[in-house]
Amino acid sequence: MQIALQQLVNGLTVGAFYALIALGYTMVYGIIRLINFAHGDIYAVGAFLGLSVYGLLAFFRVGDPVLATLVALVVSMGCTGLLGVLLYRVAYRPLLRARLSILISAIGGSLTLEYGLFLVYSPSFLVYPHLFGRAGLTAGDIQISWLQILIFASSIVLMAALYLMVHRTKIGMAMRALAINQDAARLMGVDVSRVIALTFFLGSVLAAFAGVLTGLYYSQISFLMGFLIGLKAFTAAVLGGIGNIPGAVLGGFLLGILESLAAGYFSSRWKDVVAFAILIVILVVRPRGLLGERVVERM
Amino acid sequence: MTLLGVRDLVTAYGSVEALHGVSFHVDEGEIVALLGANGAGKTTALRTISGLLRPRSGEVRFAGDRIDTRPAHEIVRLGLTQVPEGRWIFTLMTVDENLRLGAYAEPRVPREALDRVFALFPRLAERRGQLAGTLSGGEQQMLAMARALMTRPRLLLLDEPSMGLAPVLVRQIFHTIAEINREGTTVLLVEQNANTALRLARRAYVLENGRIVLEGPGAELARNEAVRRAYLGVGARPRGREGARERPPAP
Repeated sequence: MQIALQQLVNGLTVGAFYALIALGYTMVYGIIRLINFAHGDIYAVGAFLGLSVYGLLAFFRVGDPVLATLVALVVSMGCTGLLGVLLYRVAYRPLLRARLSILISAIGGSLTLEYGLFLVYSPSFLVYPHLFGRAGLTAGDIQISWLQILIFASSIVLMAALYLMVHRTKIGMAMRALAINQDAARLMGVDVSRVIALTFFLGSVLAAFAGVLTGLYYSQISFLMGFLIGLKAFTAAVLGGIGNIPGAVLGGFLLGILESLAAGYFSSRWKDVVAFAILIVILVVRPRGLLGERVVERM
Repeated sequence: MTLLGVRDLVTAYGSVEALHGVSFHVDEGEIVALLGANGAGKTTALRTISGLLRPRSGEVRFAGDRIDTRPAHEIVRLGLTQVPEGRWIFTLMTVDENLRLGAYAEPRVPREALDRVFALFPRLAERRGQLAGTLSGGEQQMLAMARALMTRPRLLLLDEPSMGLAPVLVRQIFHTIAEINREGTTVLLVEQNANTALRLARRAYVLENGRIVLEGPGAELARNEAVRRAYLGVGARPRGREGARERPPAP
């Protein structure tokens, strides 16, 4: 029971990362039916930019960890968001009507970002600053660090903000409309390309947020860090029902929890095997994901 | 005054040309019908005018300005709105959201446009909170037209508004088109249902294989032998009397 609870805490933390990244996959797929393979690497870029900001702040002797983290988050999220827009403009927009080429372009974008990080930063692991330590709450043998609480709570706040934006604002309404029928949205005066760019921006901002926080949580980052987590977040998006925003959040947390439980009860080497075996079973039973793909009816 | 002027319009899908130099115009205040068989190029013409398709050559002028190089979302803002064939309503959104999307270009939803739309289509007022995909076919057509009216167009392009509707509903939709026109909106109407369209339209053009082959006042084309044979299903019985009964109020 203890193991279960402790692994649940860890699973919710890792799950928050998966969910944040899965949102980017699911939003882009929802509106232009593209699996943005470069999204995991956008997340990696977010982590590296955050590290650069921490470095700069240390250079200027800004010692306060909370202030430094806030600045690192804001700068990294802003720059990574713009990078996502650039990726869309350069690699995807010219190919929107070429289904296969755009997929190859996405793989190209992924490799470009990965090896760009390799060249600009380092081929080996880089160490993130230890700002928050392991302090936290203890209940019996279960430990919850302040960092875990911060990660979970802030992710939930961001996801709620995204949900409200999509469902309560005009621009969110335009996003949902063009997910249903792009040409119809155009006929209503929606600048479709701008709304798609905004979607890339938002997805990349969330990924950068996850990037900086994973850096703090695992204390090291590498240029290939986006590859596996990207695959897992994509899995989480499909698990929840791709194109479905609450689905991505559910899928992310579920995958994180499954993995952590598997690591706790078997061994961390077995976690991917067990977690993905369960995922296969779930998908076989519910091919459209837990909450269902948003099947678009064109009438 | 000419509101819409189309000159030598050529539109192609890849290497296949669908319009081979089409010219016509719509004057302010008119209802003009564009007739033709399936595949004649009617929908292509409308989609080129509204900016969803780019013409290969030729020009489209709206209220004097060239619009054939402008993107669709800007053309709507100039006051030219298309109600597409097949309605294209946002099925997974509510009736209310569909209407609010019509007012997308405006900072806030204009009250009087909403009132006008609900006066024309009282059924939609009752279903504001309902998902658009759950409406009946007739209601969906009403929603598509209402949503377009929310953009407060000077010119409304209607593509097959009667498609797939029961005769009672067809009459009602045509009634509403006449009403919309009377309130000051110019209408360009594409229809399979040539009989009714010709009664409603002041003038009409006939498209055949991507070319305009006939034009003239609606009533005159309705009597034209070639038109009758091709589109009006001439023969079985005289339609004059029955037509008179179905005639919607003149614009």
